[in-house]
Amino acid sequence: MAQPGIHMQGPEPYGAHGPRQQYFSPYSWNGGTVLAIAGEDYAVLACDARLSEYFSILSRDSPKRYKLTDMTVLGCCGFHGDVLTLTKMLDARLKNYKHEHNKTMSCKSIAAMLSTVLYYRRFFPYYTYNILAGLDEEGKGCVYSFDPIGSYEREVYRAGGSASALLQPLLDNQIGMKNMQGVQRLPVPKEKAVALVKDVFISAAERDIYTGDQIIINVITKDGIHEEQFPLRRD
Amino acid sequence: TTLAFKWQHGVIVAVDSRATAGSYIASQTVKKVIEINPYLLGTMAGGAADCSFWERVLAEQCRIYELRNKERISVAAASKLLANIVYNYKGMGLSMGTMIVGWDKRGPGLYYVDSDGTRLSNNMFSVGSGSTYAYGVLDSGYKWDMSVEEAYELGKRSIYHATHRDAYSGGVVNLYHMKETGWIKVSQTDVMDL
Repeated sequence: MAQPGIHMQGPEPYGAHGPRQQYFSPYSWNGGTVLAIAGEDYAVLACDARLSEYFSILSRDSPKRYKLTDMTVLGCCGFHGDVLTLTKMLDARLKNYKHEHNKTMSCKSIAAMLSTVLYYRRFFPYYTYNILAGLDEEGKGCVYSFDPIGSYEREVYRAGGSASALLQPLLDNQIGMKNMQGVQRLPVPKEKAVALVKDVFISAAERDIYTGDQIIINVITKDGIHEEQFPLRRD
Repeated sequence: TTLAFKWQHGVIVAVDSRATAGSYIASQTVKKVIEINPYLLGTMAGGAADCSFWERVLAEQCRIYELRNKERISVAAASKLLANIVYNYKGMGLSMGTMIVGWDKRGPGLYYVDSDGTRLSNNMFSVGSGSTYAYGVLDSGYKWDMSVEEAYELGKRSIYHATHRDAYSGGVVNLYHMKETGWIKVSQTDVMDL
């Protein structure tokens, strides 16, 4: 599982390594961050909307969230080419299922399907970090996170993408109540989760060059998917 | 780190729950014991997706065997199915070090299978980055005729010591016991509490 990250102390002198052959890479890293939290009867999926390549911003309006069904949303970031193909493939599979079984796919089933779709490309992976959020068949919030080749797990909260290492520890402390003495782990109410998500993304945009421009928050409840948008730093 | 050992009362399986991506801890709550069916367990070490995908395929193949032969599959046969599947991909980069644990006509069964094509049977195995630490504790405390409680304690302590010294291991210790009637999940203990 490769974690992207470019650390540079400034440009190297030209020709420092001697002559080097340039190779074609089928992949590119387009940035973006996704975050999801599962509650008692809701799920929240938040993402930014910046599309980058190396040090350029290609778009400030490219949200990483893709609605799959009325009860499930997929947050998908990494290499934008693979994000587009993967979401098209999933939409097609969901449509087929709907026509064959006369039933919408449940969140749990979509997660299992996504795992196999990703693994079938084991030797030329979809370079995407996926987080699926929705309501399970009992109406409780659920979040599934994936690695690029399909390993997945159901969790209460997960941050993925370029600022994941900045966001995940904060969520561990605030939602998982980790490393705190004498506190009870109470279920997080929806309003508190949304407020936390906004604050946490603002912080991510401060310190990650690939995160910024806008936050888009999807709150999934039994009444449907409610979307809110907030501006973020554009620098 | 994962470990399993056979003893008078069956097989103990103990695993940690940490997954890393380089030096980043991706998760502290990974389920490294895969429940193939009520009397077969598989452990996960190496590539998470490789282990979960192929052990799921193994579950399907075991079920097909049952339907065709009207009999439960033996641990030897189940482990060989998996070993033969991954052998076809040898050299292509799969990374999988798993232990197949079950109870069949011959009694408790424990096999080690990996993505190089190795398949071995023995009374005790430990697989993963902290396996050397786990072996140390396991070897010094192991006796074929331990009581059930002593065996649970030994499995837990071995993983605990591995998590203490190995940076790539941690989280919680998941403990399973394979009996004649199938497996039971004994406990889940946070390493901080041990």
